[in-house]
Amino acid sequence: MSLLFLVLALLTLVMAIGTVTARNLFHAALFLVGAFFGVATIYVLLEAEFLAVSQVIIYIGAIATLIVFAIMLSRSMMGREAGGYNRYWVAAAVGVAALWSLLALLLTTVSFPVVDQPVPADAIVQIGAGLIGPYLIPFEVVSVLLVVALMGAVMIARERHRQR
Amino acid sequence: MDWSQIDLRTVGVLWNQALQNAGIAPPLLTVINWVVAAVVLLFVGLNMVIGLIWLERKIAARIQDRLGPNRVGPFGLLQTVADALKLLTKEDVTPTDADRITYNLAPALAVFHVLMTLAVIPFADGVIGADLNVGVLYIVAFGSVGSMAALMAGWASNNKYALVGGFRVVAQLLSYEIPLVFAMMIPVLAAGTMRMNGLAEAQGQFGGLGWYVWVMPCAFFIFLAATLAEGERAPFDLLEAESEIVAGFNIEYSGMKFAWFFLAFFLNSWVLSAIGTTLFLGGWQGPFVDRIPALGVVYFFAKTMVMFWVLAWIRATFPRLRIDQMMDFCWKFLVPLALVLLVGTAIILKLGLPSPFDGLALLVWNLALLIGGFWLLGKAQQRAVYASKRAFTPQLPRL
Repeated sequence: MSLLFLVLALLTLVMAIGTVTARNLFHAALFLVGAFFGVATIYVLLEAEFLAVSQVIIYIGAIATLIVFAIMLSRSMMGREAGGYNRYWVAAAVGVAALWSLLALLLTTVSFPVVDQPVPADAIVQIGAGLIGPYLIPFEVVSVLLVVALMGAVMIARERHRQR
Repeated sequence: MDWSQIDLRTVGVLWNQALQNAGIAPPLLTVINWVVAAVVLLFVGLNMVIGLIWLERKIAARIQDRLGPNRVGPFGLLQTVADALKLLTKEDVTPTDADRITYNLAPALAVFHVLMTLAVIPFADGVIGADLNVGVLYIVAFGSVGSMAALMAGWASNNKYALVGGFRVVAQLLSYEIPLVFAMMIPVLAAGTMRMNGLAEAQGQFGGLGWYVWVMPCAFFIFLAATLAEGERAPFDLLEAESEIVAGFNIEYSGMKFAWFFLAFFLNSWVLSAIGTTLFLGGWQGPFVDRIPALGVVYFFAKTMVMFWVLAWIRATFPRLRIDQMMDFCWKFLVPLALVLLVGTAIILKLGLPSPFDGLALLVWNLALLIGGFWLLGKAQQRAVYASKRAFTPQLPRL
């Protein structure tokens, strides 16, 4: 199992590195899809099937597809020469290093309240009950946020016949 | 041993015993079983396509008053084999400016996403690749991988028709995924599980005839319409509309790579039929299946073939829609209908009526929505027709 994890984690990392180093934007987006898929397989290894499937539906099915669509519509669609670096790369590297050390510090020092027990068979039922029960307010807040984003997108995208 | 009790699961049990008697320990045994199941599924799935292509061509030919393939083999049965051999020996052309890796990866991904879906289809009680507790969502997830494959093919071919085909993929597949998921959620609500085998089990009332299609025809209609779009079939085959964008995203593909897209298309149709069978037509449920389990496979394949036949029937008879009509149909008709249906179904199921009345309430609600929805659609169409007639009526000058 740990061997399988190493292989999948390595694959995910290779895909993630490909995402940031690919010179072609479309290739970068495809690497991103690969990285998302790799994360989903790691969720499967952790027996979090719902999370894995949600990862594929939301990240590959919606977000990555929209990214690819935006790239196909943009100027550099056929261009193969989008640069991998710009003049902010030092600042970006420092920021990433800081974030990584913060996360590493947190993960190694904080003891998360983990209970050592098998994954329940009807995890989905419990997730559903949780979303409607104790986590109702966060769930509704996220829903409202999504609706607001949706309406904003429609407002920006719609044609204004009257004003022209 | 009672011979009437033998089914595919018995074969599995015997196989397990034989391996255990040969001295193979459980961890290795599990791995061997996974590999064998995967190989069997892939072999059956890929080879079934040969028959499916022949079948669809024959059905379409009979509906359109033609003969269909009838030269190679008896009834033209070997026509698809000959076609496959021809495609194998064809020259494999890659466009000069194509993006090679993406171009070659796309057909493989297109077949991959359909084959992965085969893993959660229950062919009989318990005969299922992996009875995931998120089975229905798993199908949706791999459906989205399919749109990625078409996008990759459209972009990597470096051809404007292919690119337009790729744009249409996003517009069509993403839009119709929404009513499809809503329609799939309605049987899930009624059954209280997302496991595919559990969904089939839940339709076993009335001697194996308690199929969801009887009580939720509106959900089945939405599912069927969305299936036609997700399967890229007429009247929603705008991804490869020959008269508009030549062949869409797979225009530059030739030889075996084109054959892979073709294979993915037909297998996808069959898999969508199988999903519809499991969700709405009771899967392997049927009369006497509790006494003779072997009937389950027969029922499942018979129902799936009927559904496939309906898809072929629609494909052979309907003309292609325009892209704006198709988008309007999805966003202004199917999505609101599915949303209202879903909320109403949830309320009816929450009421917890006694056994025959909950089904009856669902049926009334579904029929009301189906009739009301089509009445509104007809009214809107009538208004559009009147408006267009007024616009084209010559305006006589007033004397």
